Amino acid sequence: MISALTLLLLFQLIGEVVARWLDLPIPGPVIGMLLLFLALAVRGGPTDDLRTTSQNLLQHLSLLFVPAGTGIMVHLHRVADEWPALLLSLLISTFATLVVTALAMKLCLRQPSREETP
Amino acid sequence: MTPEISKLWVYLSASPLLGLTITLLAYQAAFWLYQRSGANPLANPVLIAVTMLVAFLSLTDTRYETYFAGAQFVHFLLGPATVALAIPLYLQFRRVRAMLLPVVVGLVAGSLTAVVSAVLVGRLFGASLSTQLSLAPKSVTTPIAMGVAERIGGIPSLTAVLVIVTGIIGAVGARSVFDAMKLRDPAIRGFAIGVASHGIGTARAFQVNEQSGAFAALAMGLNGALTALLVPFVSGWLVGA
Repeated sequence: MISALTLLLLFQLIGEVVARWLDLPIPGPVIGMLLLFLALAVRGGPTDDLRTTSQNLLQHLSLLFVPAGTGIMVHLHRVADEWPALLLSLLISTFATLVVTALAMKLCLRQPSREETP
Repeated sequence: MTPEISKLWVYLSASPLLGLTITLLAYQAAFWLYQRSGANPLANPVLIAVTMLVAFLSLTDTRYETYFAGAQFVHFLLGPATVALAIPLYLQFRRVRAMLLPVVVGLVAGSLTAVVSAVLVGRLFGASLSTQLSLAPKSVTTPIAMGVAERIGGIPSLTAVLVIVTGIIGAVGARSVFDAMKLRDPAIRGFAIGVASHGIGTARAFQVNEQSGAFAALAMGLNGALTALLVPFVSGWLVGA
């Protein structure tokens, strides 16, 4: 577990360095994820240790959002003033995004599969 | 409070131990409730844990900064967890490669919809300029969204909250939306959740189905990168239009 955690932190660190060095707008952890993905592709897959550690970490991904979410208490004022606009924007936009993404994928998926299976 | 207890409280409230411990306690209680509900999306663990924590901090008159001094240790793990998303992504890569065209088209369509509709609906209902700009990156994961908000003149900490609420809305509502659309493919369901509601949606997708989770992770990473590139260019035009 320790070696897997070290590896994850190392890739995050490399990602941060690359992001700053090349002045990319993409955050370090996302670059770290892409680099680790490439490393796995070259190496031919993760070790069992890395696989279990990442599974454990991702199983409770929701926990990691709790501290930032609690930050709502700092913005209660603005939320109280603008809550109808905020709530409608978030609701409409999130549902629209779900529907548009899913429909776009479904439309693209239908055509090639027709060609393959006559 | 008796003097001994208030002395103890003075010590505890100043130490990071309390913030960290109550975060884990609130999450465990919330997760227990979520499981007891039969994994009902309405019993979203983030929503329940945040509600409990805000109530506790308000009742004890604790400042968020004091709480965060402890909770930051949990918050920090978002970085390595984002890197760890490479593993499920790798394990599902065969399926991803077979779906390359729908993935790219769905990503671009969904990403644009998320940004444009959030800003326009906010403006339509009278949100202030800084609130509109804080809304723009709301569909991507917290660290990216906060960075984008800062770059375009939004309020990063408000964006963090909007991101969480977006995640909860997606995690709670996605199943009904997809069922109404009669959409069953776990890859498409997962990908759409990941585009619309980042890590919280991805967490929910992993709890439902491994393949959905991997596609959600892919969508979250790609949409994070695309939004980071796209929003600085479209935001000025959107709020100025």
